[in-house]
Amino acid sequence: MTLFDGILLAFLLICAVSVSVTRNLLASVIIFMGFSLIMSVIWLTLEAPDLAITEAAVGAGVTGLLFFATLKKIHAIKAENGKPDSGAPEEDGNRDEK
Amino acid sequence: MVQLREFLTNLFANYYEAAAMILFGIGFTSLLMHRNLVKKIIGFNFMDSAIYLFLAAKGYITGRLAPIITDGNTDPRLYVNPIPTGLVLTGIVVSVSVTAFSLALTCRLYDKYHTLDIDEITYLARKERD
Amino acid sequence: MKNNSFREKLRRFVDYGSFREEELKLPRSPETLDTDNPENRWLTTVQNSEKPVRARLAKWFTHRGVQVFDNLYRVAAVFICLTLISLLLSVVSFLPRFGGADNPAVNEVEERYVSKAIEETGTTNAVAGMISAYRGFDTLGEAHVLFVAACSVIALLRVDPSERKHGRLVDPELLGEDMDYEPNSDLILRKAAKLLVPLAFIFGLYVILNGTSSPGGGFSGGALIGAGLILNSVAFGFQRTERFFGDEMYHLVKTACLTVYALLMAYFIYMGANGFDDHVWLGVPGNIISGGLILPINVAVGFEVACTMYCFYALFRKGGL
Repeated sequence: MTLFDGILLAFLLICAVSVSVTRNLLASVIIFMGFSLIMSVIWLTLEAPDLAITEAAVGAGVTGLLFFATLKKIHAIKAENGKPDSGAPEEDGNRDEK
Repeated sequence: MVQLREFLTNLFANYYEAAAMILFGIGFTSLLMHRNLVKKIIGFNFMDSAIYLFLAAKGYITGRLAPIITDGNTDPRLYVNPIPTGLVLTGIVVSVSVTAFSLALTCRLYDKYHTLDIDEITYLARKERD
Repeated sequence: MKNNSFREKLRRFVDYGSFREEELKLPRSPETLDTDNPENRWLTTVQNSEKPVRARLAKWFTHRGVQVFDNLYRVAAVFICLTLISLLLSVVSFLPRFGGADNPAVNEVEERYVSKAIEETGTTNAVAGMISAYRGFDTLGEAHVLFVAACSVIALLRVDPSERKHGRLVDPELLGEDMDYEPNSDLILRKAAKLLVPLAFIFGLYVILNGTSSPGGGFSGGALIGAGLILNSVAFGFQRTERFFGDEMYHLVKTACLTVYALLMAYFIYMGANGFDDHVWLGVPGNIISGGLILPINVAVGFEVACTMYCFYALFRKGGL
């Protein structure tokens, strides 16, 4: 087990846990994109460059953009002119701690 | 005690697979625990990635290179296993399709019920049905 | 506020049966009793000792029940997942060692795929040879999955153009007025996009065309081109993208690619579905023109995937191309 592999895998697990912990949906999507980038480096260390290219383009690029488009559609991202959206959903399902 | 030590050394030797399984568990936890649909979809993606990591780790062989044949050297003992790579390549594209489809469903649910909370959606849908 | 109302609804939704407070009222409440009367003293003590327990229980259930159930659910979820992880880890500890050359996965199939790749498929990238020649049937199914996913997203999210024109939709964002909504004066985004969009297109084309001799292929290159198209429409708005990739162009490219792919696969299956005896010149391994049928399949798949990715984004953003 090389140190580099260990660091990458640890980052992977940290990203996965922190998505569950974060309250903000936008932050969790950005963490998910970071997860995909780490994943593409892991594909390189596993000698699978085809997967690295695909994961970087698809996982970090297109999937993240689809998540952003969804968040925009459900008004989870605030409008640019500072007007708070009235129909903003709860950022997280955990209502009890609020 | 000896068994535990053996278990841990085996686990440490298979560290990629072990990390993939822990990742699968984390994804499953977020699928169960979160009420928010977007978080559920992200957890589902984590489970996908865990399976791909497991498959690709099974195909890796220490000290060998990616299966791109260089200098006409076709000795299979020089290259890693190309089969898991091909399977995972298929899987990544399918997982994008699944993600897009479930996000589209989420959008429609939000249009109808104006919430992302799965409990609330279930409650409203049940009330609508009655 | 919203929170409370939801909990009220949920409380009414979950029926607590015999614990409703009005049913718990005893025939005579202790306040109305004449407590000074020694005859009634025993009754008040009974009522004082009984009612608070039951009432407190009922109150606790109605007010705390939902929350307790929530916490219990959470604990149970974590417990189930920890059990699952430990089960999986115990299985992993019995698996063959990571990276070993004598793993059961490294067998004659893999040897054949690598050693005969140049001879039989004309590709130096063994993965490309495997997924489009040896297992071409598999890849056809994958392309179908992508196609079906695009169809279902269209069915779910498409907004009728006539409705869009007449403005019958409530949400003004769906009207396609992205230039008003986006921070289109964002200088950094625009300059970066001006630099990156052509690079993304060229790199995507390179990945598609070199899919037979280097890492890449139809799916990754197509995703790159699709990402370039999406970046263009994010930075400059949909109108600028529609100048070179509008509705008609999308339908033309997508239909042409699917038809070419289907025809190639039909020929492929007709010739035995393993890509060996298809009488196509295999080309020089390592050059762009190599791999026989794999190169046109890669090109068709690549443009199809690019169209699908852009289609996903456009549907999510404004409900149609």
